[in-house]
Amino acid sequence: MKTLQELQEIRDRMKSRVANRETADESDVRIVVGMATCGIAAGARPVLAAIGDEIESRKLTNVKVSQTGCIGICAYEPIVEVYVPNREKVTYVHMTPEKVGAVIARHIVNGSPVTEYTYSYAVANRGGNA
Amino acid sequence: MTELSLNILDIANNSTRAGAKNVIIRVAADRAKDLIEISVTDDGRGMDAELLRRMGDPFATTRTTRKVGMGVPLFKAASISTGGDFSIVSSPGKGTAVTASFGLSHIDRVPLGDVGSTLATLIGGAPKTDFKFVYSLDGKTYAFDTKEVKSVLGETDLTDVTTLSYLKDMINENIDNINGGYII
Ligand SMILES: Nc1ncnc2c1ncn2[C@@H]1O[C@H](COP(=O)(O)OP(=O)(O)O)[C@@H](O)[C@H]1O
Ligand SMILES: [Mg+2]
Repeated sequence: MKTLQELQEIRDRMKSRVANRETADESDVRIVVGMATCGIAAGARPVLAAIGDEIESRKLTNVKVSQTGCIGICAYEPIVEVYVPNREKVTYVHMTPEKVGAVIARHIVNGSPVTEYTYSYAVANRGGNA
Repeated sequence: MTELSLNILDIANNSTRAGAKNVIIRVAADRAKDLIEISVTDDGRGMDAELLRRMGDPFATTRTTRKVGMGVPLFKAASISTGGDFSIVSSPGKGTAVTASFGLSHIDRVPLGDVGSTLATLIGGAPKTDFKFVYSLDGKTYAFDTKEVKSVLGETDLTDVTTLSYLKDMINENIDNINGGYII
């Protein structure tokens, strides 16, 4: 059974392995997940969990994940926004846990957004989905 | 919503948005009474009588991005549709308590679902807020409190993904342990 004591040991081990940066810095990538009623109903919670799992398994230390309220385009939820320093914000729509791996690998790690999952792509190719 | 735990996430997000420092989430299921009761209690800014009166009405919201608030009406409808009762008690400056009950075996009652994930999402989204979670089935109880997490881990970053994922699994394991194979 998992315990807080064991969690403390895991964290201590992590701290000695990687220099655990406690503060955010300028070079950080920010990932923001819409977590209002519309987002939650559309599946934002497992999307957020998948983002966390992917960051953890790839041991990415320069990514900050946060949540926000209603982004205003409810029909496109779950919505994930990615902010890479000095780049334009990229908005991913109709996100699923399955799409998260590609976004992290291609966009966060390799620097090229997954165009097919973006809001601009969805609007340009709209087929009554919204 | 497809899981009651998703309603809990949504309702508790109202609490953190209202500036709550403490949020208490209780889930109590009782097979003999054929009932689940869920409550979310906070010490946030609360609501005045006028907003509270309009609360049952899906056009009540103080948000500006969208004109309709639907979180509370959805939770209320989910409860009523299973023969349950729903109430909100709130006082400005003091806080709010949302309570909903559900017919445990009612055909329209959705599963409780991934409560650990709901808690991890709440904690990660509002790491300064303290969350207490009390779960019980037929009187057997499990309690989780971020105050305890903080006292064991020391001054800690509760937005860290490893920590959140561990807490999620820990909470779900404890619930499963109490349930002993029974799925709520
Ligand atoms: N716990 C709470 N504390 C203070 N105000 C609340 C709380 N819960 C709900 N409210 C008020 O009721 C409104 C409607 O809530 P809700 O139905 O969840 O819709 P939404 O959150 O999308 O506005 C909120 O905008 C807020 O003004
Ligand atoms: Mg709400």
